[in-house]
Amino acid sequence: MRNLDWSAVVHAWPFLWQGLQTSFVLVALAMAGGMLLGTMIAIVRLSAWRPVAAVAAGYVNGLRSVPLIMVIFWFYLLVPLFIGRPVGAFTSALIAFTLFEAAYYSEIMRAGINGISGGQMAAALAIGMNRMQACRYVVLPQALRRMTPILLTQSIALVQDSSLVYVIGLHDFMTSIGIVANREARLIEFYLFAALVYFAICFSASRVVKRLQRRMAAA
Amino acid sequence: MQYRWNWTILFVEPYFGWLLAGVKWTLLVAGAAWIVALAVGCVVGVLSTLPSRICRAIASAYVDVFRNIPLLLQLFLWYFVLPELLPAGFGLWIKRDLPMPEYWFSVAGLGCFTAARIAEQVRAGIESIGVGQRMAAAAMGFTTAQTYRYILLPLAARNVLPPLTSEALNIIKNSSLALTVGVLELTGQSRQIEAATFQGIEALTAATVIYVMLTLCVIVGMRAVERRVAIPGTLGRG
Repeated sequence: MRNLDWSAVVHAWPFLWQGLQTSFVLVALAMAGGMLLGTMIAIVRLSAWRPVAAVAAGYVNGLRSVPLIMVIFWFYLLVPLFIGRPVGAFTSALIAFTLFEAAYYSEIMRAGINGISGGQMAAALAIGMNRMQACRYVVLPQALRRMTPILLTQSIALVQDSSLVYVIGLHDFMTSIGIVANREARLIEFYLFAALVYFAICFSASRVVKRLQRRMAAA
Repeated sequence: MQYRWNWTILFVEPYFGWLLAGVKWTLLVAGAAWIVALAVGCVVGVLSTLPSRICRAIASAYVDVFRNIPLLLQLFLWYFVLPELLPAGFGLWIKRDLPMPEYWFSVAGLGCFTAARIAEQVRAGIESIGVGQRMAAAAMGFTTAQTYRYILLPLAARNVLPPLTSEALNIIKNSSLALTVGVLELTGQSRQIEAATFQGIEALTAATVIYVMLTLCVIVGMRAVERRVAIPGTLGRG
């Protein structure tokens, strides 16, 4: 076993920090977009209008049966073809993650909406709200609240999944680690350091989720 | 931008053969990793329900470590870091003499990663049985080992079948990450076809369709298993 030398990691930190920021921005935007789109898909799927609901179901099941790497490659290839000019790895990764995560978020939201008792909807309609208002002011807030821990757990998975942009060379944290690890020929130190960073982020986040769950169970 | 379609490219040698090889490697990686994941996952899952505090701590440490590090990074740790940390002779053997180290490390990495998730399902499956069965077994004079062997595990095994189906699907999808350490499985082969022919859409379509078919096969197969082993008199039989 070689001696480990961590000074290279310290030295490369500014570069790594930039990568980490890219990762954060990507995750935050994909999370927001994915949840918004996912909620809309869930509502559409539960709507009475059959053909549209079937399309939404097809979207969700289709994306869930394909590996994320494939989806990333798909958008890396397709987005420039559609737009007609190169858009860069970040945009195509963001679109891929938003659409991909939306499928997973929508399943969570659908379960959340399904878990709200029918009486809530009936009561909202009875006091004169239309369906849209009932959804917006009565059903969705409760579903969102109830599903918050699971939505957050999915977001932790998203943090880990975001490392996959490595395959299209977007300079996120993982790719930055790979670049300096090879440049400095210090694979062990850099990959162990990356593991530590990801572990610290995801582990503490999952602890927060657990606390939240316990608090919600007690309430 | 102009795109020139050419679907026949998929059925011409050598590209057709590449796709078949990709399917073969996807199945080999996913299949072998599934065996590792089931074995390790069941052990860790059982450990986490044992009365012994040390066993439970080991199990929860395993799950925490393997669930909170991205799979991609775990594969890199197995493939690039582990051989360096092993005793010199063994590390050298891996680097020089082990045929296809990228395959074996992908299997180990994917297997151990999925095992953490299976362990959680197994734990939930055992816990969902309730303490009544466990106490009844103890009252009958069963040892802990016998309780697990004859009472808890047969019941838990049926409970965990549906979540195991989704883990089986996950392992097929996640096997695509093996391309990052150089295993030319389905996704890797489709990328190669794209690089060789510039027919990216056709190549990715082929791989996507094959993935969907593989997942459908797993779903149908697992449903058949579920029906076969359902306990008579429960809702699962129907």
